[in-house]
Amino acid sequence: MNAAAETELVEELLDGKHRALARVISKVENREPGYRDIVSRLHDHTGHADVIGVTGSPGAGKSTLVDKLAKQYRDRGETVGVIAVDPSSPYTGGAVLGDRIRMASNVGDMDVFFRSMSARGTLGGLSTATADAVKALDAFGKDRIIVETVGAGQNEVDIVRTADTVVVLVQPGSGDDVQMLKAGILEIGDLFVVNKADMDGASRTVADLEEMLHMERDPTAKLNTGSFEKPDHPDHDEIDADGGDADESDDEEHWEPMVLETVAKSGEGVDELIATLDDHSAWMDETGRREAKARQRYAAEIRQLLRADAADLIDEELDRRGGIEAMAERVQARETDPYTVADEVLGPIEDCVRQQRE
Amino acid sequence: MSADSEQRTIRCLVAKVGLDGHDRGAHVIARAFRDAGFEVIYSGLHRAPEEIVQAAVQEDVDVLGISILSGAHNTLVPKVIEGLKEYDAFDDTLVLVGGIIPDEDKEDLLEMGVAEVFGPGTPMEETVEFVEANAPER
Repeated sequence: MNAAAETELVEELLDGKHRALARVISKVENREPGYRDIVSRLHDHTGHADVIGVTGSPGAGKSTLVDKLAKQYRDRGETVGVIAVDPSSPYTGGAVLGDRIRMASNVGDMDVFFRSMSARGTLGGLSTATADAVKALDAFGKDRIIVETVGAGQNEVDIVRTADTVVVLVQPGSGDDVQMLKAGILEIGDLFVVNKADMDGASRTVADLEEMLHMERDPTAKLNTGSFEKPDHPDHDEIDADGGDADESDDEEHWEPMVLETVAKSGEGVDELIATLDDHSAWMDETGRREAKARQRYAAEIRQLLRADAADLIDEELDRRGGIEAMAERVQARETDPYTVADEVLGPIEDCVRQQRE
Repeated sequence: MSADSEQRTIRCLVAKVGLDGHDRGAHVIARAFRDAGFEVIYSGLHRAPEEIVQAAVQEDVDVLGISILSGAHNTLVPKVIEGLKEYDAFDDTLVLVGGIIPDEDKEDLLEMGVAEVFGPGTPMEETVEFVEANAPER
């Protein structure tokens, strides 16, 4: 693709042409030549959207909830972009992307731009691609962007980091409190939603989550068992309400993750979720968290790009020196060792960089 | 593999359009496409032509496979094609139709811009090979 065509595509996207937006996301996803220039040009037009990440195990109801969220934002007159990431087969690379089926409330509404992406099996590549796709939607002028992904591993955590607010979806009966202790799940959420709250065991899951969250933030919270002045809370809902309010007024700098209940299918609890998302959004603006988070994100992005580019440069150098296989053989034959090889390959590059500095 | 090596994958939308509740064929095709290494987006049942167009445009698919067994192809397929043209998406999307299509209608569909019509009993490899050979260059 030549520069003129790129310029045209960017212009069309900024003009609000859906086809151009879709094509830019494809280029980003395919890592097609020229995609970098496109993203660079879009950067100036980004930074206006509120990005919400939704993660949770398969079947937790993410897509259905995202559909309801998108509908509510649309009713308020805001435009919405959705990126839904599904896994791809590690064997064939193929994928069935099924999240679109759940977008029943927004069919025929072109102001909800829904895009399915597959995890194409590249380490680190997916989070870069997702971040770039978010930029495309942002530059297009979407007010709210929702990134939806199956939350299981490092890749997914990286993806939701592109979001300003992270919602973790949990379904009732998804294991005891030890499951919640597992790394990643509690740390990434600004908001926890127990979906399918009409199912048995929902209040138990809420209680487990609350307990783990409080333990993490304040290990002695609600353990003042010696006092007669504080009555025991009769049910979980009240603990939720009391705990949330008290903590917020205590310390405005600190966001206390809340646990909400929804039934995505019927739309129950979605109003409250939207209100809490608005609260979080306002809190981020007041405290400057949004800017701080964005800066962190850009730093991570620069670092990732540099690593990828440096790796490419090294690959080039490896090929020129006859490939890594030959080196491995020499190491195996005890002619040399991995450290010496690494020094040999990198040495000239280091020299070059140092010379340039002077 | 670094983040920057090009990774093109054929994207397909498998679409059920109109009042037609038979989706076994669409599921089988979706699965065969997945196993061939394609990325498949399935529309779900009972979609209006506008919804199919919306999905095809937003997902930027290379291939749109419409499954129709209800006999309404002469009404629905032209609407989808019109919609694709409206969004400048017709020229580089390979449109396929699968299902029960009488021979005399097949010619009309092909003339309209459908690339191929696959009837019952078409071997899966044939469809996959056709897509691989004809997916538009972009």
